This record gives sequence, C-alpha cells and structure tokens, in this order.
Amino acid sequence: MSTSKISILVVSGSLERLQMAGMVASVGAVSGSEVTVFLSMNALQYFIKGSDTSAPAEGPFGDVMAQKNVPPFKSLFENAVELGDAKIYPCSMAMDVLDADAEDLESYLSEPLGLTKFLNDAADHQIWTF
Amino acid sequence: MAERKTIDARGTFCPGPLMELIAGIKLLEVGDELEVLSSDKGSASDIPEWVNKVGHEMVSSTEEDGVWHIVVRKTK
Repeated sequence: MSTSKISILVVSGSLERLQMAGMVASVGAVSGSEVTVFLSMNALQYFIKGSDTSAPAEGPFGDVMAQKNVPPFKSLFENAVELGDAKIYPCSMAMDVLDADAEDLESYLSEPLGLTKFLNDAADHQIWTF
Repeated sequence: MAERKTIDARGTFCPGPLMELIAGIKLLEVGDELEVLSSDKGSASDIPEWVNKVGHEMVSSTEEDGVWHIVVRKTK
C-alpha cells in the first residue's frame, strides 16, 4: 500500500468545498495516505462545538446536494480521523481571530497549529486547497 | 468460524457506503465477510478499488433492481 502524504488546506465556508475537502480527507486517509488537514478562515467556525453546521451552497449543485442523503461534511472529517488516522489542525491565527480556545473545538481536532509548521510539514506532500 | 454480516447503506451517497464498510470491517475477525448494500453507482466501483488497494478480498459484486450487493472478505 502506498504511503503518499496529502495536506488539505480548507478556507472556504461553502457547502460544496467543505464536502469535497471532507471527501478527499476521508477517502485519502482510509486508503493509506497520511492526511493532514488545516482549517482556517471561513472553514473553522463549523468545528466549534455547538455551531450551526448548515453551510451555504455556492451554486446549484450544493442546493441539490443539500436535499440528498450525502454524509455530512463534519462526519467525513471525523471519519478521516477515526478510521484513517488523519490529523486535523485548527489554524492558530483563525483561533485567535474567533477568540476560540482549544476546548471549544470538536474533540477529534488536534491542537492548534501555525502556518509555518503546516508549511514545513507539507513540504513533501500533495497539497489540496478548498 | 467465519461469519458474514450485512450493512445496509442504501440511500446514502459516496463516500458513505465506503465509510460504513470500513467502520464495519474493523469490527470483524480475519476471514469474516461483510456484505454492503448500496444504491450508489459510484460506490459500486469505488469500493472494489479500495478493497484492492488496501489488500482485502473482493468476494462478489452483483446488482439487483438498482441495489449493489458487494461482499468483501477481511484478510488482515
């Protein structure tokens, strides 16, 4: 089994992008890739416990998808961690801007990470941006 | 004694059936089989791809009235 490394940078708060990022994270992680996810900007808010998880669609596909029984994007990120040992890091800058503490976040997230460390770690990874 | 369990993932879209299969297979013993029922065409091709990649064994994949019955044997 290959041990490719995938880094996923998620900044969008749109349903389609969060869904696709969750799909890449979960399927990549369960298929033997070492997956690292970095959540920042508009993406991080959904991973604060108790937050509204109904992300807005950015196009007609998202509107249709919202009516179908697709796995919720947060479940996909959790699957990536639970079933595939992915690591999901909240961006420390975004944490500061939102005035959020680590204990405010979903328990399957890892500790906050700075961009410098993320970029260093990602130097030999595929990088996907959503 | 090898067992066969069934997971009903009909009605869910990719990668839901695959995730349900993986969660289910973790609970089985080596040699056991898992049958996934899926109405999602993409999953019918994606699940065998995953099984081959990670090294489990495809037992069968049959379609009946729009439902795929995908049977996987846990090998490790």
